[in-house]
Formats: sequence, structure tokens, C-alpha cells
Amino acid sequence: MSATVAGGRAIGTPTDRIEGREKVTGAARYAFEHAPENAAYAWIVQSPVAKGEIHSVDGSAALERPGVIAVVSVENAPRLAAVEEAELHVLQSRTISYRGQIVAVVVADSLEAAREAAAHVRVDYREQEHHVLLDEHDPAIYDPGRVNAGYPADSILGDVDAALAQAAAQVDVVYRTPAFHNNAMEPHATVASWDGDELTLYDSNQGASRVRDVIADVFELAPEQVRVISPHVGGAFGSKGTPRPHVVLAALAARMTQRPVKLAVTRQQMFAFTGYRTPTIQRLRLGAGADGRLTAIVHEAIHQSSRLREFTEQTTIATRQMYAAPNRRSTHRLARLDVPTPSWMRAPGETPGMYGLESAIDELAVELGIDPVELRIRNEPELDPERGVPFSSRNLVACLRLGAERFGWEERDPTPAVRRDGRWLVGTGVAASTYPAYRSPATATARANADGTFVVRIAGSDIGTGGRTALTLIAADALERPLERVRVEIGDSALPRAGLAGGSMATASWGTAVTFACRALLEQLQEHDGTVPAEGLEAFADSTDDVRATDQGYSRHAYGAQFAEVRVDADTGEARVSRLLGIFAAGRIINPKTARSQFIGGMTMGISMALLEESVMDREFGDYLNHDLAGYHIAAHADIGALEADWIEEDDAHLNPMGSKGIGEIGIVGTAAAVGNAVHHATGVRVRELPLRLDRLLAST
Amino acid sequence: MKPFEYERAADAAGAIATLTREAPRAMYLGGGTNLVDLMKLGVAAPELLIDVSHLPHDRIEPLADGGLRIGAAVSNSALAADRTVRARYPMLAQALLAGASGQLRNLATVGGNLLQRTRCSYFTDVSKPCNKREPGSGCPARDGDHRNLAILGHSEACVATHPSDMAVALVAIGSLVHVEGPGGARTIPLPGLHRLPGAAPQRDTVLEPGDLITAVELPPLPLAARSRYRKVRDRASYAFAVTSIAAALELDDDGTVRDSRIAFGGLSHVPWRALAAEEELRGLPATEASFARAADAELAHAQPLRDNGFKVPLARNLLVRTLAELAAEQGARA
Repeated sequence: MSATVAGGRAIGTPTDRIEGREKVTGAARYAFEHAPENAAYAWIVQSPVAKGEIHSVDGSAALERPGVIAVVSVENAPRLAAVEEAELHVLQSRTISYRGQIVAVVVADSLEAAREAAAHVRVDYREQEHHVLLDEHDPAIYDPGRVNAGYPADSILGDVDAALAQAAAQVDVVYRTPAFHNNAMEPHATVASWDGDELTLYDSNQGASRVRDVIADVFELAPEQVRVISPHVGGAFGSKGTPRPHVVLAALAARMTQRPVKLAVTRQQMFAFTGYRTPTIQRLRLGAGADGRLTAIVHEAIHQSSRLREFTEQTTIATRQMYAAPNRRSTHRLARLDVPTPSWMRAPGETPGMYGLESAIDELAVELGIDPVELRIRNEPELDPERGVPFSSRNLVACLRLGAERFGWEERDPTPAVRRDGRWLVGTGVAASTYPAYRSPATATARANADGTFVVRIAGSDIGTGGRTALTLIAADALERPLERVRVEIGDSALPRAGLAGGSMATASWGTAVTFACRALLEQLQEHDGTVPAEGLEAFADSTDDVRATDQGYSRHAYGAQFAEVRVDADTGEARVSRLLGIFAAGRIINPKTARSQFIGGMTMGISMALLEESVMDREFGDYLNHDLAGYHIAAHADIGALEADWIEEDDAHLNPMGSKGIGEIGIVGTAAAVGNAVHHATGVRVRELPLRLDRLLAST
Repeated sequence: MKPFEYERAADAAGAIATLTREAPRAMYLGGGTNLVDLMKLGVAAPELLIDVSHLPHDRIEPLADGGLRIGAAVSNSALAADRTVRARYPMLAQALLAGASGQLRNLATVGGNLLQRTRCSYFTDVSKPCNKREPGSGCPARDGDHRNLAILGHSEACVATHPSDMAVALVAIGSLVHVEGPGGARTIPLPGLHRLPGAAPQRDTVLEPGDLITAVELPPLPLAARSRYRKVRDRASYAFAVTSIAAALELDDDGTVRDSRIAFGGLSHVPWRALAAEEELRGLPATEASFARAADAELAHAQPLRDNGFKVPLARNLLVRTLAELAAEQGARA
């Protein structure tokens, strides 16, 4: 662990996105825009049944269509190695696990020919009855033992039942969230080409090293035989963190046809096989004394996963560190259904879990007649309440206080349903945000050229966050050189190995390796008396030892507080967020300009989640039926009112050389609860299910 | 994708002759904002497209009787921006601007807007049954996802809604649709173009093969100058109506209702003219109680499905509030 926090001039300076001009002029090339010579196109055929067996696949009619090169299915696909992600074992089994599962791929000279021929692939199924709805009474619900990110499913301290029985005030409520789908602007896409046993993939992903390793495993190749190139990525939010089955298909099709193959996932297909956030059913029980101090916190969450893979969203883990209470229980349970496999979506766990917890805390505040900001402050823990270790830094209270002041919270009358502005009922609400500060090992090189310029290389990925720019600021400070002389190269598995742009840990992880490489280069330069030889100088760094040596004696998280003003139409139940303020404390902010975008981007997604987004499961057919952007509503400009994000600078020496925490996900955490709490304040009605649709509010107004 | 031929019509007569000869493999193409999507989805599969968007039906002309004739190829944007429309038929301009997005309104035509097809998710997904798309295949929406489908005039075979905003205002105004077809020219008064699904939901309108909408005529309707359109939707823009209303109100000097025009969107297979409500209102004092009585008269025959019962109180509230606002404006003016 690095004891000192660097204090350069570039870090903290609002800086334009380095590739901004390339992007707005269209010069930046995304995965599918790469066009190797003689490329063929692939189109995916999906199962129309949710559960069953493939009896036969007949591609003969498709093969007779003009321009069709191949039809690949379980009948003729080469065997692939099984990897942990069962979705990647594509075209290897006759079992259908969900509607929309990939059953064949058609390869043709043109996209149009492939698509047209796909309609002529004849697949016969032996259909079985499916079960696709998450239900808390399902007897097959089980304890998965561990959940996403490696947390234990259960954490139990003290005696919650006894504490609840004796509590002066109690809340016992069930909150529900629907399934949500990531909808990045750039759908998943891969262009695959083989040169002998060497595979090159232009791919849209959150980390080229990870894609390379997984794909090498699937095709039983050495990692060096696979190269993944992804200089620009048009959004991901977790859905491109691991390769999805289309990456395997593109490589498979290219190998079978001896042609480069381009494969773009359609928007509709993104609702089947590129992952989503599970629906949740969360029961929360809180017990408190009349003074508002929590005596018991119980948070029990139920989720779904597919038959193919056990994936359990870590919904209740934030509850383990948010508030002090001697008696605590947080659990995760799972139902395996005939549904697509859920995966990561911006702040998996914290997003649905903090919606439940922060709504329940608001209910407790109302029950006790204590201001919800004050109630949270009263339950601020001294130490991590379950691990018993100090926080590396924790400024939730400061965020709440500053936010309350900026928002004008002090004048708030807590009485619900008494404010009118014409036809609008007006209310305000608050909720806390949190996200862990993780780090993963990475490697990097730093090079000094004789012309006075520097090049830093790392297989990082900029998924639209400003990651490339942040790394450039970090490198410039570590090299003690002006920004203009430093170039950072990312987005290629041929660069030094690095982890994902995920878990809000990219800048912390890659920045550590980049800093170490730059420092090592400065030492080399000193040995050369500051003169760069004609062939240049290069230093390499690997942060593995430093990351492994991370002092486990600290609890590391970012925090925030969000304040929402909501208006609900008294005649129609339409809810709109007129004002949203987020105050965050996330270590040192590397680039204030893109950081602000990250915060307000997360908050925007949070408003969208609160009011609009929901993937509707079709009970009869077993798929998410609103599978396009007309049916799956994402907030439009008109849905977003006055949106403001600001932060409290933290000086935390227990994180990484930059002193930074991640900021990519915390913005969405807590937004939905702040909005829901404001809806209650506006209308007097507590809607315990997302989204806060007009039909759920109409009856209440 | 399925190959198709494209032909740019030189004149209406030629287009009608071609389509009449080639139906059902041929379809007219206007702005294409709905049809092209349906072709991509495989819902529509014409083998021949006859582009009528360039025919000289692109003008908005005042009529001798004080009405307005709008060519079928006039874009939704142009119609919404027309000064006469904005001044004399504000509910029509408002309805147009409540629809789609700026880009779509620039392309979409008046004729095409009237002939939009439902956005029911079963209709647009060819992997599932739908009586409207494939007669006799069934209607999964009745027991499935129908939160945003019909509560008025639906049938066992179909519970779809008509998606247009513009058509709701045109129906309230009582416009005339000018049609040319193989049998010559005729006019169809609105409501009257769109039909209830009954046992043949594949037919959205009363048009026959070859019929081409050439214009929409707005009658001179002084009370339309005091009108508004209000659209309730989940998302604040770029979403189809959950329920919408077009309404105009004219009061007598004593504060009673002399006349009104009311139509709903999002409730039925057709843009729904609320004739029972209009009838009920005539001569009543312009109060919220009267408006509620009128709404109840109209909605008495609503048959909500499992998950769309909320549309009944929603439509009621919308009618009461919209007429109350119109009444207040006139009270303030008097």
C-alpha cells in the first residue's frame, strides 16, 4: 500500500476528453466499423421456446438462398471447451434454457442475405412447460452460499428477532424491483478473423485482456494466439464486462468459413443474451429506539437466475456497512428459472439493495417523526459495523449536511401530501449512496522518447467514461510532465495486461500500475542524468504485489447523498423529477469535468430506473416482451429536470497512489429511493415497487 | 431481408391503378416512419412499394367555407407549424407536437399518420401469435401484456389501440378524409375511417385496396379555437399515449355548455369520439360535476382488462380537468 498521495497539477484540473474530437467527428471507429477484406456477415437464430430440447436443425433451405455460406448449429458446430460462463458454450447442447437462446448462426456474403436466410433455418423442438416468473413462495428457492463479487450469501450478527420484538419502532416492508436491461448506445458487436491459429477480434468490451483470456480458453488456444482490439466502446454498464456468446459465435463462424466474420447483436437480442439486472423481492425489517437509533437491521433478498448459470446479485451487501446496529441479518436467496442469465448492470447489488434499504429508512423516519437526514446521521457507525475495522474515509454525514444545505432541506415540512403547485403535488426526498472502493492488479509500461514525449501503455478500456483522459492526467503527474507530452494507449490486449473497466475500479487499478511504471521510468531517467537515449527508455510495472498487500484493516467505500424534488400530477399520476442534487465523497477526483458527467449520468439512469424502466416478462411465451427502445422506456431529455452533482474532496492515504475511489456507479445508487421517498412526501402514498408508474400512483392522488 | 421493388408514383391515378392491380403484394409508402419499421420487423412484407410522398398533395389551403384542406403528403411538422392550424385548431397542433420526435415528424405525413398500425407488442413480434397480423392465430394480449391496450370497443379477437395523436384531434374536429380509389373519389367523415376490431382485426380502416388518402378537410369550427390536446404518457416525450384527450368547449353567456367536441386516444382500436359525453354536456352548467357526469356517461361501457382498469379513472380525470381548464379560460375571457 502506498502511504503517500501524489499531488500533481494535472489531477484535479477539469480536462476535455482526449478522444472527444474523434468521437464527435465520427473519426473514432467502433468494433463493427472495422471491415477486414472479404468479410462475411453472421445473423443469429434464436429459440422461440423457453424450455425444451432441439430435435433437429435443418439448414438446407437457408443454404440454398443466394450468398449464404454456412449454417452452424448443434448439428455441425465444432466442440468448444466448457468455461465457467455456461452461456459461452454456445451451439454445444440440444437443451433450450430460455426463450431467445442462440440455436444457430447463418453466415452470408451480406448482412441482408444472412438475415433473410436465418428465417429459413428450420429448427424442430420438443417443448416443455416453462417457469419464468419470480415468486417468493417458489419452493425451489435456495441459498446460493456465495453471491456476485464473492460475498457470502448470509451475514448474521446478534439476535434480530429479540431486538425487533423489543424495538420502540418497527418497519416490516417488502420492496420489489423489476428486471432491468442495459441499453448502451453501441450494441455488442464483434469482427473476428483468423490467420492460421491466430485469432483477431475487434470487439466492444470493458477489458481486452479478459476477453482474450476467456476466448483463448473456449478455443483451447494460448492467450498469445488471441488479440482483442477495442479502442472505443459506446457504453457498457457491465453488460460487456465478460464476453457474451456472440463473441464466441463470431470466432466460430470465422473459423468454419475461413472468412473474417462480422456479427452485431441487435437491440432486441440484447434483451435475451447479453445480461440484465435480476428482478428482486426484498423484505426489510428495521427496529429502532424512540431516539431513532437502530437496534436491528434485517434485509432479505430473493433473485432469479437461469438454468445455465448461477448468478446471484449481491443486493444486501451495502446494508452490511451503511448503519450502526448491534443486531443484523442480510441474506440472499435464488430461484433458477427458464429465463435468460442475469449479469452485471451498473452497481449490481447496491442499486436494487439501496433502493430497498433507503426506502425503508425513510419509512422508519416517518414512523418515528424524525427528519430522515437526522435519522441517518444518528445511525452513523464509528467502525464498519460488521467487520469492526475503521473506514479508510467516510463522509456520508458531510454529504448529507452539505446536500441538505444546498437543497434547502431545512425549510421542509415533513407532512406528506400538503404541497400543491397547480395540478402538481410536490414533495422532496433524500437517500444515501454508497459503492465499494475496489482495486485489481494491472501491469503497464511507460516509455520516454528522445523527442521529449512519453507513451504509457496498458490494456485498459474507455467505455465512454473518460478513463483514457483520467489515465493521461495520472501519468502526466507521475512523470512530472505537462499533459501534452503524454500519450496513453489502451484498448488492445497486446498492451500490458489489465483488468476490467468494472466495479468502479478501473482508474484506481490501472492508475496504480501507470503510476508505478512512470515512477520507475523517472528513476531510469535519473540514471541517465535526465537524458533520453535515441532508442528511448521504457519501464514496466506490475501492481499485483501492491494490490495483494492492501491493508485489510480498513473498510473502503465511497458515499453520497441524493436529494430529489418530485411532482406528481394529481389527475393522472404522472411523476416527474423536477430537481435532483447529488453530493458525493469519493476520494480525490481525477478529472472534475468527466467525473461530473459520471455522477449525473448515474443519477439520470437512477431517475430512469425510478420512473420508467422495467423489462416485462411474458408469462405465456417466457421472454422479455418490451424488447426495444419503444417498449423499454429510458429517460428522455424531457424527463430530466434540474440535475446537479458536486463532491467533497477526500484525502485518503489508504486507497492507491492517487487517493481515488471509483465514481462510475455510485451515481445510480440511492437515486430511486430518493425519488420514491419524494413521491411519498408529495402524495402520502408509499409505492413499494418500481417503476413508479402513473397507474401505481393514480389511485393514490 | 425480403427483397422488394420500389416505384415512385408520377400521379395519383397511376399509383391507384398500380396498387389496385398489384394488391395485396403492393403498398403505398408515405414518410415510411411506421411501414419501414414494420418491414424490418417482418410484420409487413410488401413486394412492391409505391411511393406517394412526392405527389402534389403537399399544400395546406383555406377553403371558401372557412375550413382548411390539408394535403395527405403534408409533413406532421409543417402542419403543426401552420399559423391557421395553431390559431384555429390548437388541439391539432398540440396533438401533432405531442407525437413522436422532431425527426419523425419531419418525415411523417398526414395520410400515413392516420394509417399507423398498433404498437401492441404481440403485433410487432412475428414469433408470437396475433389476430391482427395473422388472422385466426390468437390474441395473447388478452391474457398477457395489455396494460396499455384498449378498454373501449375491443373484441375477443383484438384488444389493440390506435397509436396516433393527430387522429384524435382530427376525430374531435369532425374532419373529412378525401379518398381516391379505383371507383373514383369520395369523402369519409371522421370518425368513420377507423373501424373497431370485431372479428376482423386485420382491417384497421374501411379503406379498400387501391384507396389513396389525398387530403384531410377541416370544417370551419369556431369552437375549435378554444381547444386543447393533453397526452398522458409514461415518459415525458417520445412515448405513445397511455390516454390522451382532444377537447373543445363553447359556453353560453350563462355559463352553460353550448357545444363541445371530445375525443380520446389510447383507449380503443379507433380514435374514440366521445359522443355520449358531448350529448350529456349540452346545456349543463360548466362545472366539474357536469364534466364528471359526462365522463361517466362515456365510460359507462368501458370493459377494462385485468391490468388496464386504471384507464377508466384516468380518462375520467383527464376529461374533467381538460374541460375545467377550457371553461376557466373562457370564464376569464368573458
